[in-house]
Amino acid sequence: MSIEVIKPGLLSSLQDAGRRGLASLGLGRAGVMDEPAWRLANALVGNRADEAALEITLAGPTLRFAGDAVIALTGGIIEARADGQPLPPWTTCFLPAGTLLRLGGMRHGCRSYLAVRGGFDAAPVLGSRSTDLHAHIGPFDGRALQAGDTLTIGGHDAAPWFASARGAQALRWGLDPQPWHDYAHAPLGLLRGRHYDALDGASKRALTAQRFVVSKDSNRTGSRLDGQPLRLDHPLELVSEATLPGTLQLPPSGQPILLLTEAPVTGGYPRIGQLAAVDLPRLAQRRPGDTVCFRDMTMDDALQRLRARNDALQTLIQRIAQRLESA
Amino acid sequence: MTNPRSDVQWEALAEDAWLLRFGDTIDMAVNARVHDAATLLQALLPEVECVPAYASLLLRFDPMHWLDDRGTFDGHRLRSAIEAALRSAPAHRAAPREMTLPVCYDGADLHEVAAHTQLTTGEVIARHAAATYRVAMLGFAPGFPYLLGLDPALAMPRRSQPRLSVPAGSVAIGGSQTGIYPQALPGGWQLIGRTPVCLFDLAAASPSLLQPGDQVRFRAIDEHEYQQLAASTGRSA
Repeated sequence: MSIEVIKPGLLSSLQDAGRRGLASLGLGRAGVMDEPAWRLANALVGNRADEAALEITLAGPTLRFAGDAVIALTGGIIEARADGQPLPPWTTCFLPAGTLLRLGGMRHGCRSYLAVRGGFDAAPVLGSRSTDLHAHIGPFDGRALQAGDTLTIGGHDAAPWFASARGAQALRWGLDPQPWHDYAHAPLGLLRGRHYDALDGASKRALTAQRFVVSKDSNRTGSRLDGQPLRLDHPLELVSEATLPGTLQLPPSGQPILLLTEAPVTGGYPRIGQLAAVDLPRLAQRRPGDTVCFRDMTMDDALQRLRARNDALQTLIQRIAQRLESA
Repeated sequence: MTNPRSDVQWEALAEDAWLLRFGDTIDMAVNARVHDAATLLQALLPEVECVPAYASLLLRFDPMHWLDDRGTFDGHRLRSAIEAALRSAPAHRAAPREMTLPVCYDGADLHEVAAHTQLTTGEVIARHAAATYRVAMLGFAPGFPYLLGLDPALAMPRRSQPRLSVPAGSVAIGGSQTGIYPQALPGGWQLIGRTPVCLFDLAAASPSLLQPGDQVRFRAIDEHEYQQLAASTGRSA
């Protein structure tokens, strides 16, 4: 079965958990920006493996489905119409062959995930179906979707849940995005970085007291945060060393950059903080113009929250699988 | 490898990553310690990903694999395992891999480098091709090697106006380092030549020709040989 891309949307790309173990060769992980949303999209369509999903940024694509398909949309709340009929978000949906799926703007958040039962059948590159837009590696030679592209769906058993469906249809139950989607733009946990102590007093206070604005220059590599510039007490001469998704760097402009999933593997700017891993998906859902504020978090607290989040995610994924089996 | 020295600094970078810092300078001896530590750790703790840089080694691990009885992350156990691995003597230290890369020294900035260093272009080429380099780390782009060992006489500041696109295979000088652009990339280093060798090939068993710790030499070739080699490696001239 295949899906034709009629309109690509603002920035749509295939993503999975990313490429592991290649940082020593200069290649970062790439992969999904909002991991829980991606995992839950796969769970809702009954994909047992962590199949690639379409990551959609701010404005969605228009897609023509050649065959019957079961899909789910999670992450940012996106306007979705199947041949004109609205589809609910965070819910398992059936689309009959020939359906034109029109995805519009996002009402909340910045990134949605479209998973399809059977998964997208792109060839893995270096062990992953993630699109690395920076290194030009992955499906479609590492570029975003274009009009005219064809996405292929992997083979799978017919889903029993929509046996008698004629038109587009959704299951009567879906997921509550609330625990996974931060509508309130709550403060994000920040671990202090090695060069935090080199900030001047006012900048130390500003780091957790002010609201930064996500700049329009932000992308999958990093969120540029505009605010009262942060300054060091005195300049630092640094030797390039490893950087990670979540690293908060301070370039000479004084406007910090929070590195995201396509973070380069090394960097030479002062590292003033590290976003708690549990809050990376929350940041991924902030769009240009949204505000970000930080609160101090300890490593122990960050680890505990990460584990609690992962446990809750695992429990929910198991419950979804049970519910789909009994449907 | 001697006992782990007390001058190695540990830093918890993230929930799943620590950094071991062996120094804070760009220096052959410090970098050699980084690669020795990476080799030991990779052999004894393969589940920990090691990413060497000039003076530091990133360790990436899954905190959920290092839990104590109560199910919380047991950093002490992981740290002990890493320290034990660093203390262990390697059965035999493998000699670094040696690579010789052919370079046609006709880069767009060769004359500027000669003028800045007050050498002739021939002397620049001879000095660049005479040294033995070490791949201190790969970064910036997949397969981009940061090479240590440049003749100090060839050190030259980066261009004040970076180029929007540097051709793939360009051999360049940036400060006291030299490097090779694996693909067309924006860049501000001074271009002195080009190699027909492919540095990053997705179809190869190991995609990056060079690995951290490798020794690299350059062999000067002329345009004719460049074209011949480029044709055999499939790189368009």
